[in-house]
Amino acid sequence: MRLSELPRGAPATVDCVEDSHTADPIAQRLRDLGFVDGEPVCVTAVGPLGADPLLVQIGSTRFALRRSEAARVNVRQGAG
Amino acid sequence: MSASTLRIALVGNPNCGKTALFNQLTGGRQKVANYAGVTVERKEGRFTAPSGRILQLIDLPGAYSFEAASPDEQITRDVCTGRYPGEAAPDLIVCVADATNLRLHLRFLLEVKQLGRPVVLALNMMDTAKRRGIEIDVPELQRRLGVPVVETVAVRRGGARALIERVDGDLPTVAVADGDDAAGRGNQHAQVRELLAASVRMPRATAALDDALDRWALHPVFGLTILAALMFLIFQAVFSWAEPVMDGIEGGMAALGAWLTQGLPPDSALYSLLNDGIFAGVGAVLVFLPQILILFLFILILEESGYLPRAAFLLDRLMFKAGLTGRAFIPLLSSFACAIPGIMATRSINDPRDRLTTILVAPLMTCSARLPVYTLLIAAFIPRQAVAGVFNLQGVVLFSLYVAGIMSALLVAYVIKRLRKDKSEHALLMELPAYRMPHLRDVALGLWERATIFLRRVGGILLALTVLLWFLASFPGPPPGATGPAIDYSLAGRLGHALHYVFAPIGFNWQICIALVPGLAAREVAVSALGTVYAMSAVGDTELASQLGTVIAEQWSLATALSLLAWYVFAPQCMATLAVIRRETNSWRYVAISAGYMFALAYLASLLTYQIARVLS
Repeated sequence: MRLSELPRGAPATVDCVEDSHTADPIAQRLRDLGFVDGEPVCVTAVGPLGADPLLVQIGSTRFALRRSEAARVNVRQGAG
Repeated sequence: MSASTLRIALVGNPNCGKTALFNQLTGGRQKVANYAGVTVERKEGRFTAPSGRILQLIDLPGAYSFEAASPDEQITRDVCTGRYPGEAAPDLIVCVADATNLRLHLRFLLEVKQLGRPVVLALNMMDTAKRRGIEIDVPELQRRLGVPVVETVAVRRGGARALIERVDGDLPTVAVADGDDAAGRGNQHAQVRELLAASVRMPRATAALDDALDRWALHPVFGLTILAALMFLIFQAVFSWAEPVMDGIEGGMAALGAWLTQGLPPDSALYSLLNDGIFAGVGAVLVFLPQILILFLFILILEESGYLPRAAFLLDRLMFKAGLTGRAFIPLLSSFACAIPGIMATRSINDPRDRLTTILVAPLMTCSARLPVYTLLIAAFIPRQAVAGVFNLQGVVLFSLYVAGIMSALLVAYVIKRLRKDKSEHALLMELPAYRMPHLRDVALGLWERATIFLRRVGGILLALTVLLWFLASFPGPPPGATGPAIDYSLAGRLGHALHYVFAPIGFNWQICIALVPGLAAREVAVSALGTVYAMSAVGDTELASQLGTVIAEQWSLATALSLLAWYVFAPQCMATLAVIRRETNSWRYVAISAGYMFALAYLASLLTYQIARVLS
């Protein structure tokens, strides 16, 4: 499933980041920021308008991602 | 490399404390705050190590990766690789890492290691790490990384001792570059996971207190309520806390002027210059120092606490709809103090398109230089009465002027969004830092800095313009047998009367027209110019000088006052702002666009305000 579909508070693990078009700089940035296979992630908060952006906890870091950005990240539910 | 000077570059992820460390080492006073992207240029300082060697330190903007995404990350990459124009690569790279958040910081270190230069890792914020029960096996980390590792606490005196000792010694041997760098960056993340598993114990990923605070601060309803309440509190405080101090300054200036000129004949030019020019003009602006300091006090505390990126999170959706990004919140908030640091802070927006839009709308945020104009007019024309039992009507009006600025910024950004051709997706991707207790010393230093900048402006450009205006308003003198105030015959008076043709439809009298011209240099000069013009126009009564508010309350209609307020919501920018836009965009076109659209908006808003107010009254 996609990170943007993950329910709030549900633990999950990153599979991979998909480019939404060729040489997608946003996907590359996400990989640089540690969205790589095996990292535990969790959506801890959502923005007040349209539940956007998402606050994503990955490891010891908190990132604010817009839904369209989070949709590039494939995750599997459950830790590890 | 010379034998005695060692060039050291400080690098690391954003918000890991590089600048605090830089200040600690060099005794510098660079700005530190708790959000990513405070340092937007390379900064340099030097200090002498115990061995007598001179160390030259370069503080670089934070970077997550050398695959540079933003202009400031490019600076960092270019300096480290020796590609920065006119600068050799550093002799030593100190990679600073936040000990409470090592994951991405260590990955960046792996990237730095690949440059093949001597590297030292400084584990910063060790005090916080210990408090949170994070255990780091430093010898093990050092062994696995193959680079020297030292512990630092950049915000504490003496907290960088271990680092100084290390860099003062022999250069560490160049770390062996990993053979598998071709295997890609995913591999580096895996390496980091291994490193962390072997050398770091974390009781929990983030501080429990931060999670609890975020549950409130980021809550869809409470979060927005807290943000709105906070903003409202700031504006109420600016208006009501400063009052007694302002009265004191006003009285003091008037008394000083009277005392200094008591020996001079009242009809002499020097008497007029001192009283009408310097004390009426400069005094009218000096009075706003307390308000500006209160505004900065709040901004500094918010910056240090780590709350600002939370506010950016809450507002991203709204700002995105308007064609901006949540990241623009921090530069725009800084613009409430002054558009110049605000426009410079846009460098932390790594997207060129979002950045340009932010630069164009930043001057619409009500900067502190507009505060003197607002306060003068509000105090003179808006009755001090309670609204809904608790709020002061004057504070409410001030608040709505700020809101008008914000709304017009959103509107202009929206128009820019509709006009531009590039509709591709641009990312938010923003890290939220841990909360931090603001340091009294940093806040005090920040306030001191703002106070000196303000006073230098008052003593420099403002004083010069005021004296110049006094000359223009005094010469040539009236012809013999002239009736009416002397200023009518002077150069300034003629200029004011000429401009009056343009500004009469929006309700400005010729005195305001004169004041608008020096107001282009710095907006608050408009107030000092009014002070001078009215002091000069008064026939034989210099007492009026100190009570500009009383004079305009008698002479202007409410419609004129409201029209001038509307004018200053949009006010064509000061020269310094235009110069910064030119520097940051490297284009005269954007300078012309922003000056032009603001002039048009200002004229239109004043025209509407004046005509409507006249019909209603």
